[in-house]
Amino acid sequence: MEKLKYALFTGCTAKQSTPEQMMSTMAVADKLGIELIELTEASCCGASHLQDYDDFLSLVLNARNIAYAEKHGLTMVTICNTCQLNTAMTKHRLDNNAELKEKVNEKLAEVGLEYKGTSAVTHFLYAIIDDFGLDKLKEMVVTPLSQFNIAPFYGCHNIRPSELQNETHKSKENPYNPTSLDDLIIACGGETVDYEQKNKCCGFHVELQAPHTAAVLTGNAIAGAMDGNADWMVTPCPLCHLKLDTQTAHASEAIGRDVELPVLHMQQMVGLALGCTPAELGLKHHLAKVDFV
Amino acid sequence: MSTEHKITTQKVNFKVFRFNADEDYLPYYENYDMEVTSEEVVLDILNRIKWDHDGSFSYRRSCRHGICGACAIKVNGRSTLACKESMNDMVELFGNELVIEPLSKKRVIKDMIIDKADFWEKHDAVTPYLVAEIDENPESENLVSPEDAEKLDEADLCIQCGACHYACPAVEINEDFFGPAAFAAAYRFSADVRDNSQSRLADVNEEKQGVWDCVKCFECAEACPKDINPIGKITKLHQMAFQEGIAKNNVAVRHAVGFKKSIMKNGVLDEGGLVLYSEGPAIVKHLPVAFKMFTKGKIVPPWGITKSDNLDEIQKLVKSSSTAKF
Ligand code: SF4
Ligand code: SF4
Ligand code: SF4
Ligand code: FES
Repeated sequence: MEKLKYALFTGCTAKQSTPEQMMSTMAVADKLGIELIELTEASCCGASHLQDYDDFLSLVLNARNIAYAEKHGLTMVTICNTCQLNTAMTKHRLDNNAELKEKVNEKLAEVGLEYKGTSAVTHFLYAIIDDFGLDKLKEMVVTPLSQFNIAPFYGCHNIRPSELQNETHKSKENPYNPTSLDDLIIACGGETVDYEQKNKCCGFHVELQAPHTAAVLTGNAIAGAMDGNADWMVTPCPLCHLKLDTQTAHASEAIGRDVELPVLHMQQMVGLALGCTPAELGLKHHLAKVDFV
Repeated sequence: MSTEHKITTQKVNFKVFRFNADEDYLPYYENYDMEVTSEEVVLDILNRIKWDHDGSFSYRRSCRHGICGACAIKVNGRSTLACKESMNDMVELFGNELVIEPLSKKRVIKDMIIDKADFWEKHDAVTPYLVAEIDENPESENLVSPEDAEKLDEADLCIQCGACHYACPAVEINEDFFGPAAFAAAYRFSADVRDNSQSRLADVNEEKQGVWDCVKCFECAEACPKDINPIGKITKLHQMAFQEGIAKNNVAVRHAVGFKKSIMKNGVLDEGGLVLYSEGPAIVKHLPVAFKMFTKGKIVPPWGITKSDNLDEIQKLVKSSSTAKF
């Protein structure tokens, strides 16, 4: 197989509050022989908030990011659910509305860029599943995670709205019964935990403006995983990770029960199975201690 | 012309939620194994349970054409209009074991029938009608151009089935939150060129009840059988608040505006800076967690942020493309 190569849109979180996600992404890509060209010119995607204030600016900025992937002639790969949604949503709107695309391109022309629509946009989780292949991953596992019950936490913005997601990713996911992350856990040799909140929201996006709602959602999610006997949780979204890993005090208070579990990025889980060291995966950057390795 | 259309049948196990608020202490599930044909919709199954198995089984239905909104229930956790949803699709999506439940287990009166009072109260709260000076003896009709009608973005197709409302986690947790259907209705009238309500947009921008408490989970978009995409309407209501200059200077609004500021400065987001700008002095409540994050190397100080390459491009685009004001 030809070497897989993508343009990596890191998003802001991987560069700031989840350094371990950046480290483990690179470590796993290295092990799998996937080449990632980092889009250092990219701006923030607006994180599902900028468009509430300024929709057109959000479109222009996201189109600019994609335009850089197009310049490389590569598929863009994201490592954050919300980056994925914002980028894919922009692409969908521009690819289906010539007038809008022209308006956006008028702006991009001011800085010598053009959005063509030639690059696909996919999340690293789906790049591994759809392009690399789980069978091949299975063969490369050196430390099967067989002693662990792992609770998958999908994160809204990778599975909903399903119409957009299914047009973007080759894997067709049922948002009421998603399977990609479960399949990844199984490929790494782990046991998956089935629980009600696995496809629900973690509350991240209203942390500041609706703290109680956010805390209850976080609390319910961790509690559901704990009741399902999970040893730890795994997520493809750094925002979900932040919420579940760092907000346990508020969450416990909101639901009246002490909740906490280690929450790994899916890259860290894959890295563990592929024999990466804890240091390579940045396991010390967690609030809920990762003490099982 | 005859195209052959083959009707197939298959065995399906239904686990059906049963509860009578007048008699039962706890709800329970009744099992029914049935042969289901590819022609049937979910409502046919409900009918067969009632007619062939248990006459006391209760559910709402009226039009059988996806118009009245009475028959919304959940199948395997997915909101659906029973009269519109094909059994074939359900089996394809979930397999041969289907769980039939009411839209909200908390609000059950009997089996599939729920008390929708909260839904209607919130609907009423958004002034769900045109507010306009009506000339009682007009010279001519009050025409709305096709372009203006387009602005409703099909929000007028809502049938008030409640599927989105009872799929919404913010509704479930925050009892003041108006919910996606009410917001779709608010948008439907606020986007109408004939409307001149002074209060509706302000009401849906209030904290706790308004659009800013939406968690952006897209459950409503997924649930709506009419493809109304309520969260899309919520986004538009946010934008209208800025356009009309009624967005309040509060944490939610500053949070949205803060992204532009941060992008202008760094290209990327300054996470800590955004929280500071959004919260103001209230940032102190985040300090304990921030301190823990700092000790784990999860906080980058403003001077440590790696700005985007070609930042000048981004700044130029922000200046030339941005129209929103706050
Ligand atoms: S689960 Fe929460 S943080 Fe993750 S994508 Fe959804 S809303 Fe965002
Ligand atoms: S996106 Fe907002 S309104 Fe829609 S279901 Fe989620 S919280 Fe409710
Ligand atoms: S927006 Fe859709 S799901 Fe919500 S009440 Fe209207 S028709 Fe039903
Ligand atoms: S019976 Fe009227 S919408 Fe289903």
